[in-house]
Amino acid sequence: MASSSRLPEVTNPAKQAPAVPAPLLHPAVAAYLARHDGLADRLPGHRHAWVAALRRRAAEAFAHQGFPTRRNEAWHYTDLRALTETRFDEPLVAVDRPVMLPDGIADAGAPRLVFLDGRFRPDLSDLEALPEGVRVESLGALLEAGDERVRTRLGALARLDASAFVALNAMLAEDGAVITVTAKPEAGARLHIVSAGSASGERPVAFHPRHLIRLAEGAGLTLFDSALGEGATAYLNNTVSEITLEPGARMTHVRLQAEAPASFHVSTVFAEVAERAEYDSFALATGARLARNEVHATLAGPKAAAHLNGAQLGDGARHVDTTTVITHAAPDCASRQTFKSVLAGRARAVFQGKIHVHQAAQKTDGYQMNQALLLSPEAEIDAKPQLEIYADDVKCSHGATVGELDADQLFYLRSRGLPLAEARAVLIEAFLADALEAVRDEAFRAALSEATAAWWARAHAEAGA
Amino acid sequence: MLKIEGLTATVEEKPVLKGIDLAVPAGEVHAIMGPNGSGKSTLGYVLAGREGYEVTGGSVSFRGEDLLAMEPEDRAAAGLFLAFQYPVELPGVGNASFLRQALNAVRRKRGEAELDAMQFLKLVRGKMTALGMTEEMLKRFVNVGFSGGEKKRNEILQMAVLEPSFCILDETDSGLDIDALKIVAEGVNALRGPERGMLVITHYQRLLDYIVPDRVHVLLGGRIVRSGGPELALELEEKGYGELQQAA
Repeated sequence: MASSSRLPEVTNPAKQAPAVPAPLLHPAVAAYLARHDGLADRLPGHRHAWVAALRRRAAEAFAHQGFPTRRNEAWHYTDLRALTETRFDEPLVAVDRPVMLPDGIADAGAPRLVFLDGRFRPDLSDLEALPEGVRVESLGALLEAGDERVRTRLGALARLDASAFVALNAMLAEDGAVITVTAKPEAGARLHIVSAGSASGERPVAFHPRHLIRLAEGAGLTLFDSALGEGATAYLNNTVSEITLEPGARMTHVRLQAEAPASFHVSTVFAEVAERAEYDSFALATGARLARNEVHATLAGPKAAAHLNGAQLGDGARHVDTTTVITHAAPDCASRQTFKSVLAGRARAVFQGKIHVHQAAQKTDGYQMNQALLLSPEAEIDAKPQLEIYADDVKCSHGATVGELDADQLFYLRSRGLPLAEARAVLIEAFLADALEAVRDEAFRAALSEATAAWWARAHAEAGA
Repeated sequence: MLKIEGLTATVEEKPVLKGIDLAVPAGEVHAIMGPNGSGKSTLGYVLAGREGYEVTGGSVSFRGEDLLAMEPEDRAAAGLFLAFQYPVELPGVGNASFLRQALNAVRRKRGEAELDAMQFLKLVRGKMTALGMTEEMLKRFVNVGFSGGEKKRNEILQMAVLEPSFCILDETDSGLDIDALKIVAEGVNALRGPERGMLVITHYQRLLDYIVPDRVHVLLGGRIVRSGGPELALELEEKGYGELQQAA
């Protein structure tokens, strides 16, 4: 029966008409759609009708939305023109050189999955010590096999209308990590996903990894998720992660974005947190020319919790954007957010944090704090907290501060012999300390500290130049 | 060791130091006494190089070098140390790592090898015991939640660790009870030696019972109006600054 029902589904979408007619489309949108049409019979799983249909629906959604402009409220502070004016190719040629991981990242001491330019590279990965109760698969391979489990999971949380980048990702995703965890939290399961942009060719490339992560009831995982890159060629890393935490599951998500200086990084995370489950994330951003970290966390069952903490460090003319949407959809849930920005040079940061409390979500406890440290008169932050509350018995608060380094503290440190740069570094580190302390995994925290120090060395060198 | 000549300085464009002449040779402890607003603390800050204290004239030579041309960190490396009247709190900065970083910064500048965490701990433990400090204070953030006495002891600990050749103590006695004062004074006296000079800035004579100076100078209206031996401090305690103020 299975074979007979599948037969009619095996069609070649490449033979069909292009997904959308092209007039009036932004050239960048048209170019991506053309890419979809051109690659339709090469993308993994194209022989399976549901995979092809999903991509077509994504193409339609992408064409319909187009890239957001500043008139779009969610993108008002982030101008995407530099991204939409860059023509990206697919990373069709496999890169055959080893990936050099920075110290700290290489030493994180966890089983490692490496994606190079968005493609899983078993040869670079180290999954020998994968703990029991943690299953890791390649999305590309599962799509190719037409795996039904992926069919139900792909796009279940990341709806195509969520953003143009989600639709773009669904349209062109080739690979990603599919992680399924049944291990109990006491087992201390750790895993490391590395996404490396090689920027190896002369032409910019774009890749669209899609990660699907599911923790079964009562399961636990600490995931270190790092996006790195080198080289001077632009690339676009447009990652979408869908994270499902079943009742009582606990996930710690430690994220590092240290992409190459000419790159674009857009990451959209969807986390659905069931009853009594807990999603605890820390995101550090130190790289990319333009970066957007967008997190949608939904507290879907009673007593669920989400902690979204992080820091974004800007230097030069970089633009870093953190946008969070926490939806309290059930009673007795708690959400905590502390985000810090440190900005040097002409860097610009955005923090938009929305807490949306449904009518059913009584006894909600929501907290959001956004603090910025401006190291230069030309640095800038735009902060927009948003509370949307439909329940009447809730506790929600938010706050924002913007400041400079304290002159008295700097003088005190210098009077004890610390050179100015070192004194500034001490105070920046102190500013970030209480946020970083939330990362309990020592090896992962150390990797973040190293990334912070590397950022400061760069920012300071730029300021001195 | 420290030679100040005709030093004038303004704070927020207001003249505060109006021509200071002072020389402190190695091995001597000099006290600067004076009422509030006479410029005592300004003198300390100017010597340490604080921003916002603008030198408008005169010179300061420290061990033969032009002190005023140096950055604050270079003054520290050259051996100058200011114990603050109001030690600054540094939330998020651990006291131990702060002390070690300061020591290593100074050692680096002096061309000496840096100390690792173990070597440093060994060094600092001994100094802390002498100052009646518990090791727990190393684990706290610098001066955060410290009592007045703890803050002052922490200043003297930094001084003991950095081993400067010249110490400026700015109102180190303020906010201390008599027991704390004795401990702090012992810490300071332990650092007295033929190679080290000190300038003790104080409003009251009390501290000078415990840190007995070689010379006492009275600062009034931005000028040194009188200098003498330790007995001058006793005289001021008795008569107050009123008579001198009238004379000035």
